[in-house]
Amino acid sequence: MNFKKRAFCFSLAASALLISSVVHAQDALDDILKRKVIKVAVQTDSAPYGYVGTDLKPIGLDVEMANYIGKKLGVGVELVVVVSSSRIPALQTKKADLVIATLGKNPEREKVIDFTSAYSPFFQAVFGPKNIQVKSFGDLAGKTVGVTRGAMEDQELAKVAPSSTDTKRFEDFNATIAAFVAGQVQFIALGASVAANMMAKNPTVSSEFKLLLKDSPNFIGVAKGEDKLRLKVNEIIAGGRASGDLDALCRKWLNRPLGDLPL
Amino acid sequence: MKIQLDFWAVLAEWPILLLGVGWTLALTIAAVLVGTSLGIACAWVRALGFGNAQAPTWLKALVGGYVEAIRNTPFIIQLFFIFFGLPAIGVKLSAESASFLAMTINLGAYATEIIRAGLEATPKGQMEAAASLALNRWQTFTRVVLPPALKKIWPSMVGQSIIVMLGSSVCGQISIQELSYAADLIQSRNFRSFEAFIIIGVIYLMLSVSLRFALNWVGAKFIFGGRVA
Repeated sequence: MNFKKRAFCFSLAASALLISSVVHAQDALDDILKRKVIKVAVQTDSAPYGYVGTDLKPIGLDVEMANYIGKKLGVGVELVVVVSSSRIPALQTKKADLVIATLGKNPEREKVIDFTSAYSPFFQAVFGPKNIQVKSFGDLAGKTVGVTRGAMEDQELAKVAPSSTDTKRFEDFNATIAAFVAGQVQFIALGASVAANMMAKNPTVSSEFKLLLKDSPNFIGVAKGEDKLRLKVNEIIAGGRASGDLDALCRKWLNRPLGDLPL
Repeated sequence: MKIQLDFWAVLAEWPILLLGVGWTLALTIAAVLVGTSLGIACAWVRALGFGNAQAPTWLKALVGGYVEAIRNTPFIIQLFFIFFGLPAIGVKLSAESASFLAMTINLGAYATEIIRAGLEATPKGQMEAAASLALNRWQTFTRVVLPPALKKIWPSMVGQSIIVMLGSSVCGQISIQELSYAADLIQSRNFRSFEAFIIIGVIYLMLSVSLRFALNWVGAKFIFGGRVA
């Protein structure tokens, strides 16, 4: 490669990085259909939504949802394992076409990515030991609360907890749970079903539901502006709701009906 | 792909970044001070024993086991063991103490081997000269053997200290609010991950270069300066 060519390639790469390439507008769905594979970001630290089964492969409601969408699109599914804080970067950097990982919708996130309709129920809450009385968020003053950085609980807790609450942030749900189980934090803010799973696995650790943080169903995240892909997935979700497929999925993994979910 | 860099979104969070720099520096300075002292003590046991006499075998085995255990396991495992593992036997350390302890024992093990190399390079004649001047074992070690040994290995010690400082970036995993934690927190709030990591990369670079200058100055001024040619 001579100098001119190299300089040309360099400036091309630089302009691709700094400005924006014009070709890329709403072609994610076409890409997926062309390569016959959809890349879906899932978590493996939030049972029963996404976790690692005995065969060391990701399983759970979110994983089945990914496969369901793949089947409806007629393409294969490639799972990309992420943690809470890397879910949105995975979309921004095109490592994944969809994020199906207990993703809640809030205005901060809506600025950077788009959301499909909701596909499963979820709520976040604060859990803690039975011997400490907590009636309101004010009672968390001076207490330590473990939370997963970048998760919905992190942002919600920051809004309602008193300033003297010592919020300890960890990298993923497993680390947050490990810190709570080891007694390194007094309270833990978690998604309810993740917490239920934690309690089931650690019966010796005294813990119970304390306070509701937010009722926030799960949505599927798509890159900003990928409307074609988003509408297609919405279509699949609407179909799944009508046919009862999503309800069955919900009963299988969460032991509860799908209920009313926002569009 | 569309990337528009917005460094101000990250720099606007400067209080978090400043706190991060503070924690990273505080942990590093404490770990370097205690870890180097630990390294000198362990190197003494491994290389010289007590004066001409050898250290007891059990003590040598203990120090040897410590050095091998730490140098052959990843730092993050040591950190998690202290923070998540020790509470199981009733030893509950705060995230701050656990990070300090992990960084100290980690540096201590590497420092042991680095300083040992310096001690073993001391010519026998120097110790004989010290003995002929009627210096006792303590005086011989602190005035004759240690200063030139430290001078020889100082560049390696400075390098190892910087590695420990950079290694402190994983302490954010157990909720210490150091520099990497700051970047993770900022990017989880405004999703400016690329910018956040570029900025803390530059900060780490500046911290490393400054630490190198500072330690070189401290070494020459207080530790071996003036005592050896």
